[in-house]
Amino acid sequence: MKTIFIKIILLNLLLITSVFSGKFENDIKPLLKNSFKTKEVVINQVSQKYSENDKLQTLLQALMKGDLFYTKQDKTFVVLYKKEGKIYYTKSLETQKQLEPMNKKMFKKVKTNNRLRSTIREKLAELNLFSKDRDIRYNSAKNMLKHVSQNSSVLVQKALKIEKDSKVLSVLNEINTIINVKFGTDKQEAIVKLGDYLSPQSLQALKEIYASSEDKELKELARLSIASINRSKDFYAFVEKAFFGLSLGSILLLAAIGLAITFGVMKVINMAHGEMMMLGAYTVYALQKSMPNLIEYSVIIAIPVAFLVSGIIGIIIERLVIRHLYGRPLETLLATFGISLILQQMVRSIFSPLNQEVKTPQWMSGALEINSALSLTYNRLYIIIFALLVFAGILLVLNKTSLGLKVRAVTQNRKMAQAMGIKTGLIDALTFGIGSGIAGIAGVALSQLTNVGPNLGQAYIVDSFMVVVFGGVGNLWGTLIGAITLGEINKFIEPVAGAVLAKVIILVFIILFIQKRPRGLFAQKGRDAED
Amino acid sequence: MKTNISLVQQILQKDKGGKIVLLMLFFVVVFVAISNLLIPKDSFFYISTYTVTLLGKYLAFALLALALDLVWGFIGILSLGHGAFFALGGYSMGMYLMRQIGDRGVYGNAELPDFMVFMNLKELPWFWCGFDNFFFAAFMIAFVPALLAFIFGWLAFRSRVTGVYLSIITQALTYALMLAFFRNDMGFGGNNGLTDFKDILGFDLQSDGTRISLLVLSFLALLGGYIVSKYIINSRLGRVCIAIRDTESRVRFLGYKVEQYKLFIFVVSAILAGIAGALYVPQVGIINPSVFSPMFSIELVIWVAIGGRGTLYGAIIGAFIVNYASTYFTSALPEVWLYALGGLFVIVTLFLPKGAVGFIKKLNLKKYTEVSNASS
Amino acid sequence: MKKMLAKTLTIAAIVTMGITAQAADTIKVGVLHSLSGTMAISETTLKDTVLMLIEEQNKKGGVLGKKLEPVVVDPASNWPLFAEKMRGLLTKDKVDVTFGCWTSVSRKSVLPVLEELNGILFYPVQYEGEESSKNVFYTGAAPNQQAIPAVNYLMNEIGVKRWVLAGTDYVYPRTTNKILKAYLIAKGVKESDIMINYTPFGHSDWQSIVSNIKKFGSTGKKTAVVSTINGDANVPFYKELGNQGISAENIPVVAFSVGEEELSGLDTKPLVGHLAAWNYFQSVEDDINSEFIASWKKFIKNDKRVTNDPMEATYIGFNMWVKAVEKAGTTDSDAVIDAMVGVSVPNLTGGLATMMPNHHLTKPVLIGEIQENGQFETVWETPDTVVGDAWSDFLPGSKDLISDWRKPLECGNYNVKTGKCSGQNY
Repeated sequence: MKTIFIKIILLNLLLITSVFSGKFENDIKPLLKNSFKTKEVVINQVSQKYSENDKLQTLLQALMKGDLFYTKQDKTFVVLYKKEGKIYYTKSLETQKQLEPMNKKMFKKVKTNNRLRSTIREKLAELNLFSKDRDIRYNSAKNMLKHVSQNSSVLVQKALKIEKDSKVLSVLNEINTIINVKFGTDKQEAIVKLGDYLSPQSLQALKEIYASSEDKELKELARLSIASINRSKDFYAFVEKAFFGLSLGSILLLAAIGLAITFGVMKVINMAHGEMMMLGAYTVYALQKSMPNLIEYSVIIAIPVAFLVSGIIGIIIERLVIRHLYGRPLETLLATFGISLILQQMVRSIFSPLNQEVKTPQWMSGALEINSALSLTYNRLYIIIFALLVFAGILLVLNKTSLGLKVRAVTQNRKMAQAMGIKTGLIDALTFGIGSGIAGIAGVALSQLTNVGPNLGQAYIVDSFMVVVFGGVGNLWGTLIGAITLGEINKFIEPVAGAVLAKVIILVFIILFIQKRPRGLFAQKGRDAED
Repeated sequence: MKTNISLVQQILQKDKGGKIVLLMLFFVVVFVAISNLLIPKDSFFYISTYTVTLLGKYLAFALLALALDLVWGFIGILSLGHGAFFALGGYSMGMYLMRQIGDRGVYGNAELPDFMVFMNLKELPWFWCGFDNFFFAAFMIAFVPALLAFIFGWLAFRSRVTGVYLSIITQALTYALMLAFFRNDMGFGGNNGLTDFKDILGFDLQSDGTRISLLVLSFLALLGGYIVSKYIINSRLGRVCIAIRDTESRVRFLGYKVEQYKLFIFVVSAILAGIAGALYVPQVGIINPSVFSPMFSIELVIWVAIGGRGTLYGAIIGAFIVNYASTYFTSALPEVWLYALGGLFVIVTLFLPKGAVGFIKKLNLKKYTEVSNASS
Repeated sequence: MKKMLAKTLTIAAIVTMGITAQAADTIKVGVLHSLSGTMAISETTLKDTVLMLIEEQNKKGGVLGKKLEPVVVDPASNWPLFAEKMRGLLTKDKVDVTFGCWTSVSRKSVLPVLEELNGILFYPVQYEGEESSKNVFYTGAAPNQQAIPAVNYLMNEIGVKRWVLAGTDYVYPRTTNKILKAYLIAKGVKESDIMINYTPFGHSDWQSIVSNIKKFGSTGKKTAVVSTINGDANVPFYKELGNQGISAENIPVVAFSVGEEELSGLDTKPLVGHLAAWNYFQSVEDDINSEFIASWKKFIKNDKRVTNDPMEATYIGFNMWVKAVEKAGTTDSDAVIDAMVGVSVPNLTGGLATMMPNHHLTKPVLIGEIQENGQFETVWETPDTVVGDAWSDFLPGSKDLISDWRKPLECGNYNVKTGKCSGQNY
């Protein structure tokens, strides 16, 4: 380790001497070298020396994006701005002028690694603190928070004076407070104030004071502030866990609603349910493939399409196979298991056994940041809302439409319904189609969370059956409550017992629960309940 | 001895199908044993050890299918977790075989199996104690599945969990066990399971003689299992069971304790499954938690359904048909195998509700009626 | 009754005949990779790789003047079936060599059969080590050819001080993490700075674990995740990392099971900058490599398909086998096994792979960063090739074991302390 330090110091000396030679282009020459350490030193040097120079920003940004190249011939730096097959369009870094487009073989990339990029980001943050774009300023401030140093003080003070936006201000204030705690004169006030912030950096600063300070009063204040931060952190950790549980529950709900209809209402044990979800997920993939320009909307478009695809295949299966097996639930299990194997292999033959890439639209990535201790990921958030919407929709269809009325009539008393002139065959097919279609929709949601591959369905089939049985067959509300309960229990046990044991415990819990209530949480009552 | 034979004759008296199937298996086993042991290797009639182990595996699976048919075909419990009992029997056997390795493991540790050395265990976990003794292991092969079946059945049948619900919680049971056994911390070797067995009761597992003995043993176990099951079914108890299968509530109203009958049959079936597992492991050479997977248990149901549920020998036929098809297709047409298996499931449930046995019976019936029509 | 007897006898005879075999006169090459089930995702590619190599070799005139004939079977991701199929390949199809297996358990399953029937297996996947069989050639990386160099890179180049070792709960991650933990502690890392986490196969709900990693990494010390998470579970893991705002710059993840093929099923945008350690990347600029990539794309008739490390391992293994057979002048197992040690063939990254006496290879170790196009960019590589170590020096059980299949030792696990050779089946 020591030798490395010495090397760096020597390198620094070397560079400092070269700095006096005085030109930006010369100073960045060492970037041609392969060592990341050298590059880091260079970047630190030049960003201090040329902070007013526009080229610095171009350089850093290009490095950041991996667009900085140099020509193999005369080793001058160029910035890539357009690629066309093997032809690269570049601008010279020195003159900012466009150069002749050339084959990519003529260039070599200036490689970065993630440590280097983190340094560059830090430097860019300082440059961007006064950007016109609010988001850039906010991100810059956030980045500065990660590496608070005494040097940032002047910059932060300056920014504080002109900043208007409250979110950015809050981060700047936090940085400022940390600086005051670490290097300031009125440490007491700063320590107290820091107790209101939640970021790990604040906590770290306080812990340092608590560990190293010799002033008893300061130590006590730091202790109080740490305790206060920890209290709010515990609270937010609880909220976070509840959110995780809700999210898992909503996925279980999505996977189980379709089953609650085919299994709960029609008494068909549809083992191919998971494959219906798989088809939904593949629909997203196929849509993204055929419409590469509409990635942002693909997920939305996929919802009705997946519903139709899985629904129609469901209707075909119902007409060809399940129709002959009503009243024999265990036989439907076997036949649909066979169908699930065929569907899986079909997907393997058509799309290859490999997992397929499904892109996440921009609006579904990232997280909604409540504060430094709690952020809720957007994809989960949307899926929770989506699951509840689907649930409400299906409830509406079953309870408020004439189709729903007929479905209930047929499943409760087939002969009587037939006598009333309901086309039972059609209703059976439609009900199964709806159940399968909803599985397809669930697949759309899953494509945003997990692998899109032939095994997607199998991973969820046992879980969805557990949810339906736990909630009570034939009761949609039971499925809702069941899914969310199981999700929450799982997420609260997981930190204690680990992911596997949590699942085992849940399964054992369901087995025991069924002993207590053989018909699930919300049992159907009356004559219809006996099979 | 003579009375025993006559008892067996009595049990199998009206069971022509059973007799044919068992006799056929008997001849196959004898034929394979002789051709493998006595005929020189380069002869055309020599049967390779590959065939011997394959046949041994089929026989173990047939016993498992038989066990499932006993509960499904005769008392109406569709267990989607019978793989669990099979696996527990297999693990008990596997643990015995692991202990027999002694210091011949890769780390040369006489006290601990290799995977424990690698998991940094300092001493044998308590539940491994005793498994170095064959008779203890043999007892556990039957006891562990029986105990699980008893506890589970006692809870489930008492609270009248029936039909679909029962099927699904049996699935949950085997799924939970699978997840648990996959954990390396459980002390059963995790995903790698138990493997690298050397010998059983001092006989080298890789010698042809041992393999043939295991094959014969598997056949005898199947025969024994068949006779025991048939005996139970033919008895008064068996009739009550069939009545329960057909209309459970009526039998209950007649004053029979339905739970006890179910529990008894369930436990017997679990023991048979456990024995099947114990015979499977030394012949296949590995046991791993995937045997607990719900998919395996469902496939098992299909063997019975394809052979013909409720006939016992149908289960044996089904196990042989599906497993032979699996062996054949996965070598000859690997890509087609899942289509074939899936198609089989659908076709059998739609067109052959009574399985292969029902199909054959129907054909025979047609022939007879045709013959009688012609003569008249 | 007599009639029945005769009937059953004939049927019995037919059944047994059906299962027995016939002989042949080409050189048969067994391919034992799952084409269905959970492992089909990874293994199908390797099957195609072997078929491609055989086709090319046959164009060159085969081996020893004979054509090669592939025998493809499907063990269907079912571990006992691996043993059964292996036995079938060796006794029924009489193959001279087999390329196959991916998971450790499948290898463990076929091992007794191979040793009993004296077959040859080329195993092309990085694995946990702790094994050296006379009949197996390990052409993937041992832990010291992947894990340890990767940790060194993180420690020295990135300055990582705090470590999360996350893996799927099976042998490879368990062993690798154990080796890494011992290594890190030997390097002065405190036990409280190491967090170990295991998840089941195909784990898909990573919310809590990622949130824990985030908390673990927020103490101000540079933190990295060393991931031995298996195939399928990776996609949801990386997605969750990205969504919870953990970028490669905050907490880099270095993975040992994520290659080009896994990335092709992933939206790589949130992954850019995360790392992987392998012995081969498709992006390595080398003439043999570009030739290999071109012929692969042509063979598979898909321009989008990628190449990966286990494919390179298959390539090396296949060429080594060809060379050893030509050296021995026969396909007889013992002769080929003897001829294998010391055989050198070019690898795809511009170096040489040599078969060592412990049946492991010499390999370069490359660390790459994930790029947006699903490829890796090499950021670091070992100056020389590293010799695969069958028995790790960092595990108490195996530090005294060595493996040398040359005469006179001829032992895969020789204990230098006790002077004993244990665990051999012959």
